[in-house]
This record gives sequence, structure tokens and C-alpha cells, in this order.
Amino acid sequence: MSAKDRLPIFPSRGAQMLMKSRLAGAQKGHGLLKKKADALQVRFRMILSKIIETKTLMGEVMKEAAFSLAEAKFTTGDFNQVVLQNVTKAQIKIRSKKDNVAGVTLPIFESYQDGSDTYELAGLARGGQQLSKLKKNFQSAVKLLVELASLQTSFVTLDEVIKVTNRRVNAIEHVIIPRLEATLHYIISELDEVEREEFYRLKKIQDKKKIIKDKAEAEKAALKAAGADVRDIANLLDEGDEDLLF
Amino acid sequence: MALQAAVKGKLISVIGDEDTCVGFLLGGIGEINKNRHPNFMVVDKNTPVSEIEDCFKRFTKRDDIDIVLINQNIAELIRHVIDAHMAPVPAVLEIPSKDHPYDASKDSILRRAKGMFNPDDLSMFGAENYTT
Repeated sequence: MSAKDRLPIFPSRGAQMLMKSRLAGAQKGHGLLKKKADALQVRFRMILSKIIETKTLMGEVMKEAAFSLAEAKFTTGDFNQVVLQNVTKAQIKIRSKKDNVAGVTLPIFESYQDGSDTYELAGLARGGQQLSKLKKNFQSAVKLLVELASLQTSFVTLDEVIKVTNRRVNAIEHVIIPRLEATLHYIISELDEVEREEFYRLKKIQDKKKIIKDKAEAEKAALKAAGADVRDIANLLDEGDEDLLF
Repeated sequence: MALQAAVKGKLISVIGDEDTCVGFLLGGIGEINKNRHPNFMVVDKNTPVSEIEDCFKRFTKRDDIDIVLINQNIAELIRHVIDAHMAPVPAVLEIPSKDHPYDASKDSILRRAKGMFNPDDLSMFGAENYTT
């Protein structure tokens, strides 16, 4: 583990606790994000299959609509310019609602009728039936297209969100969690080393003390052999235990 | 602002050949706003590509348009502009025109979904030249 793979932190018990809680948090977050990604993916697949279905249907509906346009033209004569010039206000409009999937808002379009038909009188002279059929066909085409549009919008939005979520999941899984683990590992090894050093030092001090004590014993024994009085003189200030100095 | 936009109905716009436009206008989606800008564009064989591009850009910039319908053969002409349009709103829908059948392999959205389909799903709208 090189130094760049872990967080720059002083190895201490406190830092270890902090790292432990962060690791737990990261793992929890990873699980949650994974769940979110899965939920989005389910929805995404559903929308995808619906799009394919609707696109196929759209082909048929548009074919029918184009055919009825040809029919109407055949009976009524060319009315293209009349229609193109008489545009005023839209009759079909779009309302958008919001749908929520795992915290992602998806717009859902909905068409609704608003105002009167501008071309109410079109085809009054002849071909009225064909024209009303044509209108109906195109209105149903519009309805289908609106549905398709909301599916497609959801598709685009979900695509984006899934990418972001997957990126986060992978970042946590492959960057954040290993880094936290490495930091934790580093802290533990450092703490162990400190402990070993401490132990070694204590041993060393004990050895030193033993040597000093042996020396004193030897001196005492030498004095005793020379006939001196070596009884311990009680010291009022000495309470009998050594000062601990590290 | 958002609330107001939700209450106010949005429009559908069309870029297409004359017949497609006429059909949808009869369906009742046409509107001319107070600046006399229509929400549809009739493309014939003499219309320059730059004009279609400008029109498409204008439609996608307008905030009262939620859906842009465009004939697939016209979409082919300005494919780069459509591919560059990444925002979810307005939604750009490619529709078949009278004399060009729908080809799923050219659709911008479906191409983005490339590799997510089963081959069986695709074959049902005749995308033989669809390679994954």
C-alpha cells in the first residue's frame, strides 16, 4: 500500500474509529446506490420494450394516416395551401406531469383538447367524410406520438441518470472503499508497531534496572565483606516505590 | 415559472414534407404565435439544409414547444444537429413520411440504445442493416 492510496491521516485510535465509521457509511451508501441503479434499470428496460412496441405501432398508424390524406385529397381536391394558411391556434396541446422513479423525476406528456377546431368547415362542399376521417386518424397519431415522446424523454433522462448512478457505484466500490480499507490497514499496522516499540522499551528499562540493582547488590556485598554496616537506613521521604520515567 | 409552464399547455411542432404538415395541422396542432411564427415548417426538395437546421434549432430553443416531430428523411439531412440535441425536453421524434418507410436503425434515440436490444425485437421493424 503506497501512501497515495490512503487518506493523509495521523494513525491513532480516534482516526481508526473515524475510518471504521466512514467505511461502514461507504458500504451502506454503496448498497443503496446499487439498489437505486437496479430499480432504474428495471424501469429502463420496461420503457425500452414499450418504445419498440410503440414505434412499430406508430409506423402503422402513420401509414394509415397518410393513406387517408390521399383519400381526402382525391375527393376534395388539393387543400394543402388552404390548411397551411389558415393556422391560428393549436387545438391539441401538451400537458406535462411528473413521475418519480427512485428519486428521478420523469416528465410524462399528456395531450388534451383545447379550443375549437379551426378546420371545422373544411370539406363542407365535398369530401367531408374523408376529411373527418383524416382528422381523426391524425389525432390518434398525435396521441400515439405524444405517448412515444414521453417514453422517449423518460428514456433519455433515465439513460443519463443510470450512467451517473453507475459511475457513483463504481467510484465507491473501486476507489473510496479500497482507500478507506487501506487507511484502516495502515492505522492498525502503525498502532501495532507503536505497541511493539513500547513493549520493547519497557523490557529494555527492566533490563537496565536489573543491571543497576545487581551492581548495587554487588557493592553492598563487597562492603559487607569489608565489615561495614549495610543496613538500609529508612528514609522518610522514600515511600518505597520507584519513580516511573519513560 | 415552472408551475406556470405546467399549467399552460405546450405545443407540438412539425418539420416535414407538405403532406405530413397538412395532416398534423388538420389534426389540430398548428399554432401561429403573436410574432407570426408558426410551429411547423414545410420542407420541400428546394429547401436548403441550413434553413432546416436553423428551424430545428429555433424550435428546440422555444420554451412553449415540448415535442418536435420530424420526418425521418429530413432528420437524415440534419442528423448531426439532432444527435447534438441531448436535452430531454423538447423531445425529438422521428416519424415516417409518406414516401419513406421508417427505419429504426437510423433513429437517434434507438441508436443510443444500441446493444440493449434483442435481435428479435429489431427484426420486427425491418432493420436489416442494424449492426451491433
